[in-house]
Amino acid sequence: MANAYWCIVEDDRKGAPKKVMAEVLGEAGRLSNGNVEAVWLTDKAGDDGIKQLGAWGASKVWVLENAAFAPYMGEVWVPALAELVTKESPKAIFAPVTSRMREFVARLAVRLGAGLSADSVAFAVEGDSLVATRPVYAGKLLAKMTWAKTPWIATLRPNVFKPAEASVAKTAQVDKPSVKVPAARMKLVERREEVSTGLPELTEAETVISGGRGMKGPENYVILEKMAAVIGAAVGASRAAVDAGWRPHRFQIGQTGRTISPKLYLGFGVSGAIQHLAGMRTSKIIVAVNKDPEAPIFKIADYGIVGDLFEVVPALTDEFKKLLER
Amino acid sequence: MKIVVAIKQVPDTATQVKISSGDPKAIDTAGITWIVSPYDEFAIEEALRIKEKRGQGEVIAVSLGPDRVKEALRSALAMGCDRAIHLNDPAWAKADTLATAQALAAVIKQEQPALVLCGRQAIDDDMGAVGAQLAEVLDWPCASWIMDEAVDADAKTVRVGRQVEGGLEVFDIPLPAVLSAQKGLNEPRYPTLKGIMGAKKKEIKDVKAGDLGLTPDAPQLAVKNLEALPARPPGRIIQGDVKDAVKELVRALREDAKAI
Repeated sequence: MANAYWCIVEDDRKGAPKKVMAEVLGEAGRLSNGNVEAVWLTDKAGDDGIKQLGAWGASKVWVLENAAFAPYMGEVWVPALAELVTKESPKAIFAPVTSRMREFVARLAVRLGAGLSADSVAFAVEGDSLVATRPVYAGKLLAKMTWAKTPWIATLRPNVFKPAEASVAKTAQVDKPSVKVPAARMKLVERREEVSTGLPELTEAETVISGGRGMKGPENYVILEKMAAVIGAAVGASRAAVDAGWRPHRFQIGQTGRTISPKLYLGFGVSGAIQHLAGMRTSKIIVAVNKDPEAPIFKIADYGIVGDLFEVVPALTDEFKKLLER
Repeated sequence: MKIVVAIKQVPDTATQVKISSGDPKAIDTAGITWIVSPYDEFAIEEALRIKEKRGQGEVIAVSLGPDRVKEALRSALAMGCDRAIHLNDPAWAKADTLATAQALAAVIKQEQPALVLCGRQAIDDDMGAVGAQLAEVLDWPCASWIMDEAVDADAKTVRVGRQVEGGLEVFDIPLPAVLSAQKGLNEPRYPTLKGIMGAKKKEIKDVKAGDLGLTPDAPQLAVKNLEALPARPPGRIIQGDVKDAVKELVRALREDAKAI
């Protein structure tokens, strides 16, 4: 339908949409009064996945299924989707912030000659325009952005927007348009999987535990992993800990690492340098444990304990266990 | 092999940033310490390493912005870049990522490098778009968030490791191409005293929009206004010995914050 809000589907690369799509579809549905459609470029769209997108509120799922769409390559995806956009004239194009979506919509915006608001944390419809809010300058300020014309292209920070509640009564119409799929110049050599920690992905986790310089060494992160296993959290680290070589860079939270926005953030031995705050200050509840009562993290923490993390962490893990096993 | 590195000058992370009292769309630039965006330093370092490994080549730093940006270009020259191009024209004062990408692309078309490197995002507006948009304007392949790269012997192809959620995707990409640097790609060097002295003699060419045959369009995305962060509700330090404090914390997280 013309003027629909389109949501580009991020999937698990096995045929199922990621749960962050509930947030993207939920927000698009709220802004458009339900005129929301999903667009899925994939080598394999599972039927259950299509149903799931419908249950989250997509009135239609555009399925662009082609072996050439995996793995993601900008030079293949962009012309294919641009062709469909030109035909269907959506009002907005939304995608969650992931490494490939950030690149994809940036290239798409050029192809369409449209503006892009990346890593947005709020939207408001004001008259005929959309206003996006996004953190800037290490999260020290918020910028309100407006577009010169449609489509309004934006990426949405995970864990910030209210997810759509799935309703099995809602089903999506499925459209499989034929689009030209250009040949890729770049070629996949291999995909190296990270060794799974068994814990949730940092940017998707509802609870994140972070260890800073106060952890004293790489061997001590095991106590955080134990707590993480009890409460289903991801484990991250501050830049100080990553630069010391204690944790791989992919676990870094902050300005030169990942930006997270979990429901609950627990920082242990994290001082709260600006560069770390830039990556976690939109967390809903912040807990800080640090020996230094002057640590800047206490300024933004909802709950703080001034104390030795090596005493607090095991005690807290036991207490969480008691609570959750009840 | 010719390499262009696109860099941006940004406020230092530790600098206090305030909204300008005269213009709610802009920050007050008085007293700000400016630096080369950290991700761009990874890009500069990687370009220099490619040149050093091959024993020949040229690395050109390019940046768009007002006069102060010369300082950032001078830092790039001090690290070892051979020359610099400064896109310096009030016509670009309101440039969004699209206009910036178009300006950079115009310079790149003139220079015809085999490779363009940039940082994954600038740490002021964190848009993370210009590298990919530049590739689209040029119709070149690109890879974002690269963790390693190797240009083949005859400079026809680059093999890159692109960071994605849950792993690394390794691609062979024909040159020319655009790559954006992720942290972990390398450890940027500090300029040596000799480098700093030498940088003073290197060329920084001023380029205006008209020199590139461009008349920048009105931006597609514009700042309506900047706002201070909403204040967080005051926090609470939980007192008492560890056992009691931890019990109280878990109770508060469950009953008050409903976070667990």
